[in-house]
Amino acid sequence: MSFSVLLLATLDGLSYGAQIFLVAVGLSLIFGVLRIVNVAHGSFYAIGAYVAATFGMWIAAAGFSPWLSYPAMLLAAVGVGVVVGGVLEVTLLRRIYGKEQVLQLLITFAAFMILEDVQKAVWGVTPYFVNTPLSLLGTVSVMGINYSVYQLAVLPLVAVVVLIGLRFVLRYTRVGRIVTAVTEDREASMAMGVDSSKVYLFTFIAGASLAAFGGALASGSTSLVPGMGAGMIILSFAVAATAGLGQIEGAAVAALMIGLGRSIAVYLAPEFDVVMPYLIMFIVLLFKPQGLFSTIQTRKV
Amino acid sequence: MRFDLLIGALVFCAVAAVPFLMPWASVMITLALGVGLAVLGVVVLLRAGQISFGHGLYYAAGAYTVAFLVQARLGLDILLLLPLAAIVAAAIAFVFGFFAVRYRDIFFAMINLAVSMVAFSLLEKLYHITGGGDGLNVARPTLAGFRMGRVDFEFWMFYATLALVTVVALMVARYLASPLGKGLEAIKSNETRLEYLGVSSNRMLHIAYALSAALAGLGGGVIAIVTGHVAPEFAYWVRSGEFVFIAILGGAGNVVGAFVGSIVYEIIRNYAAAFAASYWQTMLGFSLIAIIMFAPDGLTQLRFGKKNEARAKEPAKKSTSENGITGKAVQEGTR
Repeated sequence: MSFSVLLLATLDGLSYGAQIFLVAVGLSLIFGVLRIVNVAHGSFYAIGAYVAATFGMWIAAAGFSPWLSYPAMLLAAVGVGVVVGGVLEVTLLRRIYGKEQVLQLLITFAAFMILEDVQKAVWGVTPYFVNTPLSLLGTVSVMGINYSVYQLAVLPLVAVVVLIGLRFVLRYTRVGRIVTAVTEDREASMAMGVDSSKVYLFTFIAGASLAAFGGALASGSTSLVPGMGAGMIILSFAVAATAGLGQIEGAAVAALMIGLGRSIAVYLAPEFDVVMPYLIMFIVLLFKPQGLFSTIQTRKV
Repeated sequence: MRFDLLIGALVFCAVAAVPFLMPWASVMITLALGVGLAVLGVVVLLRAGQISFGHGLYYAAGAYTVAFLVQARLGLDILLLLPLAAIVAAAIAFVFGFFAVRYRDIFFAMINLAVSMVAFSLLEKLYHITGGGDGLNVARPTLAGFRMGRVDFEFWMFYATLALVTVVALMVARYLASPLGKGLEAIKSNETRLEYLGVSSNRMLHIAYALSAALAGLGGGVIAIVTGHVAPEFAYWVRSGEFVFIAILGGAGNVVGAFVGSIVYEIIRNYAAAFAASYWQTMLGFSLIAIIMFAPDGLTQLRFGKKNEARAKEPAKKSTSENGITGKAVQEGTR
């Protein structure tokens, strides 16, 4: 494997890892607080991507500055998070907290099936490709390789900002303290006057927005096809599980590992690129069954 | 058990009459019975409170085994092809089981989903072996040594499948009533206690996992033979989701539920597909939510969440919580 291929694989892995980090960290955040693995998370990713692409086309059609497609991505992410995520939490998830995990899985799985059809109904099955954000920034030469600035700088930068932002909010702000308190012990925090159902709702919206944001960013560089949500949910679960569910910093490391692993596989053995993330997950879980960064939990008899 | 047997006998008679009363439906019912075998696999795992979103993998394993063996022109008979399909699926599950049965609940479901999606994309990408997205055609094999035309084949395949399903259902019912099967219920209700009794719950689940994969493989094999075609979609999550859905629909309480569920499902699908093909998943999703929200009594086996909590309060009263009565009061609010 020559140096240039290795470099190319690394750059690909970085931008890919940044994307899956955004989705996986949302999944992990939701799990950390709500103790629910949201199977419909992949749908937020896909819908975020489609909405951002639609906004991008509107902007182009209305003749506004193409630079507006960047704020439009953010808008799409928050919009999807609030509308789709909020509705899902209020109508469905709220009724199943504390119930059997199998039921929670089934409910979110049902939501996922419905949202998959919704995507097909709204956006059809033909692939979308809106690369305005990608072409706006052009390419840059990295040691002899032409690489798009969007994938090289924007995606990883956004991921780092999100990571630092989340860390900061959870550790040093009042809101973060409240969220952490609910995560640690819901009943005790409620006794202290925390409105935990509000915390649940906002956490879910935040997690959903992160996934949608990941999708919105992906819409800038990849074509959107039906079924992308299904692929993403298991990939982000693989990342979250490799890191240990609920681990935010861990998700970044795992996303990077899996992103790099996958992009190297793309260049070496293209048939097996889909296998790579799960291979990494299996290997990690074989040695650390609760994930890389998990803490030891007591088992209730 | 006696009651279940009666229901099973009634269903058997009703199904056995299909080729004479509604000959046009016999292929549809054969397919439904094949799918029902895979659903039965999911039901076995549901007994242990585990959901697999990836049983499509074993279903596809069985189907592709049959396809490969037929393409290899070994002249194997259906009576040999089907057991081989089950064995291959069980072997894969046995190996993967060393990994999978260490996990429960979310992890178990998602790891199964992950591995089945890997299988799906490999089936699609390894074009020269698996025929890629188009899949493989399966020429009609001999049945018990006879080479038949389409009409005869469909007729006899129907009864062969029915016989197979009956034998398998009785065996699985026997298994579930045995200590090995009862252990699965113990995994569901309180695994730690099971371990304190000196039973390895992982090993117990491992056996169930291999068995359930064998059932799924058998189902896949039947489908491959009857439809004459296999495709990567067999391993896709939608298919696995359907199995779980039918298992919930039919109720995981007894073995007959899996087949009744899949026959009902197949019939509805045949007619619903004509009206709203593109909203099929939406309908499944909404009915799944409706069953869980409004008719949890239909989910005979999924009510153990209540049982758990009831048992935590009154550890001695095992028999009452079996009925799910005691659980209702404590279920709300606690977590």
